[in-house]
Amino acid sequence: MSAVIAKGVGKTFGTKSGDVVALTDVELTVEPGEFVSLIGPSGCGKSTLLRLIADLDSATTGELEVFGKAARQARIDQDYGIAFQQAGLLPWRTVAGNIALPLELHGVSKKARADRVAELAALVGLDDFVDRYPDQLSGGMQQRVAIARALAEQPRLLLMDEPFGALDEMTREYLQGELARIAAETGAAVVFVTHSIPEAVFLSDRVVVMSPRPGRITDILTTGLGDARTEALRESPEYFERVTAVREALHGAPVERANER
Amino acid sequence: MSRSRAAIAWGALGVLAVLVAWELYKFLGPADGLIVGAVAGETGSGVMILPRTNDRAMPHIWDMVARLFQSASGGDTPPLIVPVVTAALTTLGIAAVGWLIGVAVGALLGLVMQRWRLAEWGLLPWIVVSQTVPLIAFAPLIASIGSQVDRAGTVPWPQWLSVAVIASYLAFFPVAVGVLRGLESPDRIHLDLMRTYAAGYWPTLFRLRLPAAVPHLLPALRLAAANAVVGAVVAEVSIGMRGGIGRMLIQLAGQGSSDPAAPWGPTFGSIALGLVAAGSVALVGLGLRNYRRGEAAV
Repeated sequence: MSAVIAKGVGKTFGTKSGDVVALTDVELTVEPGEFVSLIGPSGCGKSTLLRLIADLDSATTGELEVFGKAARQARIDQDYGIAFQQAGLLPWRTVAGNIALPLELHGVSKKARADRVAELAALVGLDDFVDRYPDQLSGGMQQRVAIARALAEQPRLLLMDEPFGALDEMTREYLQGELARIAAETGAAVVFVTHSIPEAVFLSDRVVVMSPRPGRITDILTTGLGDARTEALRESPEYFERVTAVREALHGAPVERANER
Repeated sequence: MSRSRAAIAWGALGVLAVLVAWELYKFLGPADGLIVGAVAGETGSGVMILPRTNDRAMPHIWDMVARLFQSASGGDTPPLIVPVVTAALTTLGIAAVGWLIGVAVGALLGLVMQRWRLAEWGLLPWIVVSQTVPLIAFAPLIASIGSQVDRAGTVPWPQWLSVAVIASYLAFFPVAVGVLRGLESPDRIHLDLMRTYAAGYWPTLFRLRLPAAVPHLLPALRLAAANAVVGAVVAEVSIGMRGGIGRMLIQLAGQGSSDPAAPWGPTFGSIALGLVAAGSVALVGLGLRNYRRGEAAV
C-alpha cells in the first residue's frame, strides 16, 4: 500500500481580493520507505501540499489518500510524524518532555515513555541533553529534538517542512547525513519540503519539481543514487549531474555551463 | 544576583527621595501655604498654589513613625501600631477572598472568551465598560443586596462578604483580559502540532494553552491583588464596615487636626498591605519559573 496517493489534488484559498489557486492538479504517489523531496520557488505550493497530506488544511479538489485512508483519518490514527522549519519545542518542557509529548497525549504509560525517549534521544545523538530546556540548546540541537519527537510513535511516514531551512550550512549538511541514516534505520517514507537543490538531491529517491502561479508539479526526477548517503556522495560526479538536472528542471531550460560559453 | 541587588538599591533610593522631598518642602515652603486671589476676611476664598507646611498639615516623618509606637487613643490603650496591624490583617483577609473570587470569575470569563469568539465579541466590551463604573456608586447596592440575602436567613451574608465581592469587581478585570491574551498566545506552529496529534480542546488547553498563558497570567494576578486591596479599602469606607484599615483611615483622618500624625499610621498600614498582597503573588511566580522560560529565550 502506498504511503501517499494524490489524484488531481488542488487547493484554492479564498481571500478578500478573490480566490487564489495555491495548488492545482497534483498527481503524486509516495511508496513506503521512499524519500521524496518537494522543491520549487516560494509560492509553488510545496508547503501547502505537505499541509494537505498532514490534514492541517483540506484539499478543495481531488482525492488524497494516506496509507489507503482519507488524510483526516490518517491524522487521527497518527500515521505520520511531522517537523517544521522552526523546531516548535515547548519552552517549559525539557528535551525528554518534548519528545514524550505525543506519547503523553496518547496515553502511553510512564515506563514505556521513558524507554522510548531514551531510545529516540540516542537515535538523534542527544543522550546527554535529555534534561536540558530548549533555550539551552543550539538551533541544530533543537531541530534534532523536533525530529525525535516526530519519530516518537514510529510513524511509517515523516512529513518535513524545510526542517533545516533556518540552520547554518555546516549544521545543515551534518543533519542531512543524520536524517538519511535515521530514515534508512526507521524505514519510514519521507516527504521533505526544501528550497535547496543539493539538499533535495542528497536526501531523495525522487525529487518533485514544482512551479508557482498556479502551484503545480512540473517534473519528477529519480535520483538513482542508491542507498549510500555519505559525505563522499557530495563529491561524486553522479551527484553533480543530478544537481544540474534538478536545476534545469527548475529553470525550465538547460542552464548554460561555464565551459560552454 | 547583581541585577536584583541593583533593583533593591533603586527601590530604596526611590523611597528615600520621597522622604527627602517631603522634609525639604516642609523646611522651605511657607507655613500657611500660598494663596492667590484671596478676599480678606472670607475664609476659604482664593486658590491655593502651595500647600501649608505647618505641623498640622505636614507632620515630620519621624513624628509619624513615633506616633505608631504611642498609645492609640490615650490612657492605657496599646500603641497605635497594634490596631493598625490588626485592621490591616482584617482587610488583607477580606481582600484575599475578593482576589480569589475575582481570579475565579476572571479566569472563567477568559476561558469562555477564548473558546467562543462570539463570547469575546459579546463580553469584552462589557468587561471594559464595567471598570468605568465608580466603585462607590455600586458599593451600597452590593451591601444592600447582601443584607437582604442575610435577612432572608437561608444563606448567611456577613458584611465583610459584601466588601470582598466589591473588591473582586476590581480584581477580575486584569485576570479576564490576561487569561484571554495568554490562552491566545501559543504560536501557530504549536497549535498545528497539537492538531497533528489529534489533540482536542481539553488536552490542548492543559498541555499547551495554560502553560503558555503563565507569563501573561502572573502580571494579571499581581494587578488583581493590588486592585483587590484598593477595592477592599474603598468598599469598607463606602459601606461603613468596622474593623478594617479603610474605616480606620477615615476615623483617624477625622481627628487629624488634633492628632496630625495619627492618620499616617493606617496609611503606612495600607501601603504595607498592598506590598504584601503583590509580594505573595510574586511567590506564586517563583513556583512557575519553568513556564516563563519563553520570556528569556527567543
